Amino acid sequence: MRRPIGPLEFTRRTWVRLWLLVVFVFLYAPIVVLVAFSFNQSRRNIVWTGFTTDWYGRALNNASLIEAFVNSIVIALISTVFSVIIGGLLALGLYRFRFPGKPVLDGASALPIVIPEICMGVALLVFYARVGWPTGLPWPLNLSSVIIGHIVFSFPFVAVVVRARMEGFDRSLEEASKDLGASEWQTFWNVTLPYMKTGLIAGALLAMTLSLDDFVITFFTSGPDTITFPVKIYSMVRQSVTPEVNAASTILILFTVALTIIALRLQKPSEGIG
Amino acid sequence: MENWRQQPWVFLTFIAPGALWLLLFFLIPLGWIWLFAVGERQGPVDIVVTWTMSNYAEALQPIYLQLFFKTLWIAILSTVVCLVVAFPVALSICFAPERYKNILLLLVILPFWTNMLIRTYAMIAMLRQNGFLNDGIRGVWTAIKFLLTPVGLGGLMGDQFQPLNLLYNNAAVILGTVYVYLPFMVLPLYANLEKLDRSLIEASLDLGASQVRTFFEVIVKLAKPGIISGVILVFIPALGTFLISDLLGGPDSQLIGNVIERQFRAANNLPLGAALSFMLLYLTFIALALRAWFAARGERSDA
Repeated sequence: MRRPIGPLEFTRRTWVRLWLLVVFVFLYAPIVVLVAFSFNQSRRNIVWTGFTTDWYGRALNNASLIEAFVNSIVIALISTVFSVIIGGLLALGLYRFRFPGKPVLDGASALPIVIPEICMGVALLVFYARVGWPTGLPWPLNLSSVIIGHIVFSFPFVAVVVRARMEGFDRSLEEASKDLGASEWQTFWNVTLPYMKTGLIAGALLAMTLSLDDFVITFFTSGPDTITFPVKIYSMVRQSVTPEVNAASTILILFTVALTIIALRLQKPSEGIG
Repeated sequence: MENWRQQPWVFLTFIAPGALWLLLFFLIPLGWIWLFAVGERQGPVDIVVTWTMSNYAEALQPIYLQLFFKTLWIAILSTVVCLVVAFPVALSICFAPERYKNILLLLVILPFWTNMLIRTYAMIAMLRQNGFLNDGIRGVWTAIKFLLTPVGLGGLMGDQFQPLNLLYNNAAVILGTVYVYLPFMVLPLYANLEKLDRSLIEASLDLGASQVRTFFEVIVKLAKPGIISGVILVFIPALGTFLISDLLGGPDSQLIGNVIERQFRAANNLPLGAALSFMLLYLTFIALALRAWFAARGERSDA
């Protein structure tokens, strides 16, 4: 006989299970349908007429789509590297030092996280137009306006994550290292940095996802020759909804999921140290 | 913590890149917008700062004020729906058997890794006139008609199924917002509920309170910090959204984000766009101040 349901075993109650089922169907059905219909023969994307991978062929032969995809990845990589360095340093500085204006810097660095994206987007749009930011530079320098925008909203997230990690750091380790004759640099490289690693990886993962996911800031900062993948899909959606968009979206979904799995794997072994 | 004077160069290496980046590419651009909001257009591109209030006055005209109320209304409604949907999910994940916990949590986070634009686009396919939701409703409709016809009530259902207009209206915008931001609500709620002292719930149940009463008077009250975080995480992006209303909304569901975008691009009325942006920013700050106030009040009542 089955055990009676305990008062706190909510997941064994039928209505809770139904609720979870409905929520997960709500979350996944649109994505599943999107992926499924990237294999549909019909151009109109409504009725299932048969299996095909033609749309993937088309998406992969669409030069501007590939260009946008490469742009997105390059932007994400560069912005992640910068965000991790800037954010990590800022987190360390805020963790280590007492200085006048600290609350101001603390608050200001949290602003990009909280303000609506569209406000940041239009501000950067106006900024680039007014300072006469060079356009038409050779690739990948022409992506700089987008990359700068991505770093602005990514590095504060890295700083938050790294700082949370530093909360558990024992500073006497640094003192011990210096007492034993290590220089400031050696101490940083051999003591502080290994401890920060988990936070830095988590921050990098977050920065990468934010950059690949961003539409609004890119929409306002990219020019005609610096289209990213989401912006390209946006213009495709506005024109007509074809399975090619589904195929392109599926590729991006797979790419992000693969990236996240790799990053999670990378993070696993270091858990034991911290 | 040490004084920055002890190692000024180390201090500068740590702080300067972030501070400069923030100043150059965030505070100065925002400051520019703030100045434009009190400027006037002179010629096609020139804007002269005259400290005029006319842009804010225009932004407070009934047409834009209505827009703000509508945006607020849609954001609030989406946040409430998110909260109601997410709370049972977060609670049941907390009390799920250990081995299912991580899987359930992963299932919540996974859509968050999917591009927001793609998720919004996926929503279009669901809601269209000949989309999947309408197909489902048609199925239900046909089934009911099939059942009613033998008893002579088939006429009640009409002759032909009329697909519902699910897309391009305010409901679609709310549904889309809930869909995109639901993980943002579940995760802080879960983080908060996970830390909650279970013996308090057991005590309440042991002392004879019903499950419903325990839920509202114990669990919800203890989960307040999580609720506040979740509400802020959903409400602020919902307030500034322009993509979701652009793709899922109809002509009458233009939100403040869409109007701002138009001022900066097609309409090229920068001062008005700047004033509207800053009103949106002020609204955001009010929401954040309310959150701080709630948090401070919560701490005091705990003491």
